[in-house]
Amino acid sequence: MSPWVRLLIYLVAAPLVGGLLAGLDRIISARMQARRGPPLLQPFYDVCKLWRKETIVVRRSQNFYILFFLLLMVFTGGLFFAGADLLLVIFALTLAAIFLVLGACKASSPYSFLGAQRELIQMMAYEPMVLITAIGMYMATGSFYAHEIAAHPRPLVLMLPGVFLGFIYALEIKFRKSPFDLSCSHHAHQELVRGITTEFSGRALAMIEVAHWYENVLLLGWLYLFFAAWPWLGLAGTALVFLFVILVDNVFARLKWQAALRSAWAVALVLGFGNILALSLIL
Amino acid sequence: MAVTLVPSMIVGPLATGLGLLCLRPDYWRRVLVVAGALLVVVGSLLLAHWPANGGMAAALGPGHWINAVMLASEFILALALARVGWRAGRPLVVGLALAQAALMGWFEWRFGKELSVVQNLFVDKFSVIMGLINGVVGGGICLYALAYMREYHEAHHREAADRRPLFFALLFIFMGAMFGVIFANNLIWLYFFWEVTTVCSFLLIGYRGDALSRRNALQALTMNLAGGLCFALGIVWLHHTTRSVELQTLLRSHESALLIPAALFCLAGLTKSAQLPFCGWLLGAMVAPTPVSALLHSSAMVKAGVYLVLRLAPVLNGSAVGLGVALVGAVTFLYGSLAAIRVNDAKKVLAYSTVANLGLIVLCGGLGTAEALWAGLLLIVFHAVAKCLLFLCVGVVEHRLHTRDIEAMSGLILNMPRVAVLMLVGMAGMFLAPFGMLISKWAVLKAVVDVYPMLTVFLVFGSAATLFFWVKWMGKLLEVVHPPEPAEKGIRSGQWLALYSLAGLTFLTCLFFPFISLRFIEPYVVDLYGRTATMGIGNYIIMTIMMLLVTLFPLSFLNYGRNVKVMDPYLGGANLAGHAAYRGWTGRTREVALCNYQMVLLVDEDRLTHWSTVVGVALLVTIALVACL
Repeated sequence: MSPWVRLLIYLVAAPLVGGLLAGLDRIISARMQARRGPPLLQPFYDVCKLWRKETIVVRRSQNFYILFFLLLMVFTGGLFFAGADLLLVIFALTLAAIFLVLGACKASSPYSFLGAQRELIQMMAYEPMVLITAIGMYMATGSFYAHEIAAHPRPLVLMLPGVFLGFIYALEIKFRKSPFDLSCSHHAHQELVRGITTEFSGRALAMIEVAHWYENVLLLGWLYLFFAAWPWLGLAGTALVFLFVILVDNVFARLKWQAALRSAWAVALVLGFGNILALSLIL
Repeated sequence: MAVTLVPSMIVGPLATGLGLLCLRPDYWRRVLVVAGALLVVVGSLLLAHWPANGGMAAALGPGHWINAVMLASEFILALALARVGWRAGRPLVVGLALAQAALMGWFEWRFGKELSVVQNLFVDKFSVIMGLINGVVGGGICLYALAYMREYHEAHHREAADRRPLFFALLFIFMGAMFGVIFANNLIWLYFFWEVTTVCSFLLIGYRGDALSRRNALQALTMNLAGGLCFALGIVWLHHTTRSVELQTLLRSHESALLIPAALFCLAGLTKSAQLPFCGWLLGAMVAPTPVSALLHSSAMVKAGVYLVLRLAPVLNGSAVGLGVALVGAVTFLYGSLAAIRVNDAKKVLAYSTVANLGLIVLCGGLGTAEALWAGLLLIVFHAVAKCLLFLCVGVVEHRLHTRDIEAMSGLILNMPRVAVLMLVGMAGMFLAPFGMLISKWAVLKAVVDVYPMLTVFLVFGSAATLFFWVKWMGKLLEVVHPPEPAEKGIRSGQWLALYSLAGLTFLTCLFFPFISLRFIEPYVVDLYGRTATMGIGNYIIMTIMMLLVTLFPLSFLNYGRNVKVMDPYLGGANLAGHAAYRGWTGRTREVALCNYQMVLLVDEDRLTHWSTVVGVALLVTIALVACL
């Protein structure tokens, strides 16, 4: 498949897949809590409804940041699925996330500002592990390019078990799932945990939601790279990790930021970097 | 033309400096400073048209009287420094200054007659890049300093003695000496200019004249004199092995015996570029007026240190000494990035970030591969421009807000919109894709993975920390709680000129960095290694698209305030007038204040500094042992 076709498929399919996954997530979570849960298409209904709402802001420029958050998130995913350099993908992802953080800072309410700071802490927590994942994949395959990594004949998870586990840990943070939903929880039980999105409403909130769909598809695509040599196993593995993340979300309580940061760095250091050290000794 | 241009780039600023020292009237000083700064900028731009790479030498003849003048000035400086050390009760300064003078005096007396130097000066693409940075950024700083120093004495520091003639003289002498460091091939000349930068920085750091400034200036002097002694030892050792005192001899030969002088030169470079365990002096140098900080941090001084280390890259490549130097750089990067999280003083954050980025450059020099050298050269260019811009912005803000506390910069985007935007550009230039520093960091990461994968651990954790402290600061500038109080009046045209041109440079160097790389950096790397690193055309295109996307962002402000309904923020209580306060559930009125996370519990600046220094000393001892074995 040419990179342009993959790019096109991603642009069209990612929000659909992302939305369906979000709906599935809500149903499974509900069943785990012995509830019936919303219909599968509920996230789409939500976004459509948000889109028609009045735009209310605290600061007049705050929504511009969100627009660029969405644009850059789409761009990042596009880079990944077109097969670009993984490091470049990470940097673009960071840039996108920074726009969200700056937007929340700009909104200037204590809750969104606090959420933005916590989001930054979360970024600082997962960034090393994500970079180590790219480095590990490079060491295993000799390339930073996503399409060359995907074409590697052997499944990477065999060479990078530690990096794989560490990456799942980073995914927990990236998905903003419990125990790492410091900056913005999906459950609206207190204003503090709505954090970063507190002051966004209407279309801005819809854009944040869609950006998350794109982001989740990107992250699951990255996860798939670990099994890319065996596509069916890859799909199954990715689905299993997705279920695992939901399970963890429902089982664990929220961690404090100190614990989140310390544990994420410890995991990156021990599992991720340990794996890389071992690999550099073997190769 | 070229043959006279290079010496005049060195002599011109030195002469301007001496002229400024004698010139008392305020008006004429301003004229001379502007003219001098413009000449330096024009001169360095002319240099950029230097045709050949490498080979061209400015043959000056044996130049005996110049050598004699330099030697005499060296002795005078050493005696003056020894006197300073004696008066301040610092035996170490006295010892180091006298030891250097004695060593170089003995060397000249013993071998001076038989020294034959073919090329005293040398120009290649690397020195042209450094010359451009020194000239353009340094010239901008001088323009900025005119207005800044007037405010400094007339409004903000009335207690400090007004020694502006000395101040501007030192700025120009500093620049001239920096050109000397860059273009010298004769190591004895290089050493002379090296010492002049040490003395200038000592005098400039201590400019304010209070106890703290004097102490920090002496600290800087001590560390740099120790580096100077290493340099002198390196010259003697090099001459002992090769019978030559030319830099090119050292670079073009591949004998393992040359590792000891190379290690000594590296040590000198590490002190000057404020690497662990020597970073104390650069952090202390914050007490100086802001133009001095900008000069020390971006174009001169620390860049002299990394210049030397990067020069030695081909010698260090693959050696144990190189690995040691790379480790020092990597540890310093991690240390600087982590320490910057904890501090609130804007200048200190910038200082730590400088230390960290210099660590990256030193890491590149220590690796010494073609890819690493390419990345290191890019880092020097991007860092100089963006860091200078940030320092100058902070200087302006400090004079308006009377504080350097980042927490006090809340609402700056409304109070000082233009400065705030320029600052945001500078910060984006320091760490954000697709701007320059990020491109270089990426290149460093790739260079490191291929040679020593274990060094990546310092990079990944360090860059995560970098991200945190920069975005935290950016958010602080954007956030607005209180109604705006415009504070931008009174910034003079010279300052605006410097700020705008540096911001323009930050942007343009990023947009045109493929050309900079193609024109200056790649030829130099190819000349040394026969191959070079680049980024791949696809990645260039992606970076350019990202750049365009980011530049579209300001366009969205055309839509400012349209189709939105403005409401008060949610404060968890009843909002009071101006929504800067609210009545909470206990019935008490509370003010709204937004503060950044400081991570007090995780990072302790003093403990971090202590342990990093221990690691730095251990690494230096290891390098010394490895070099001797």
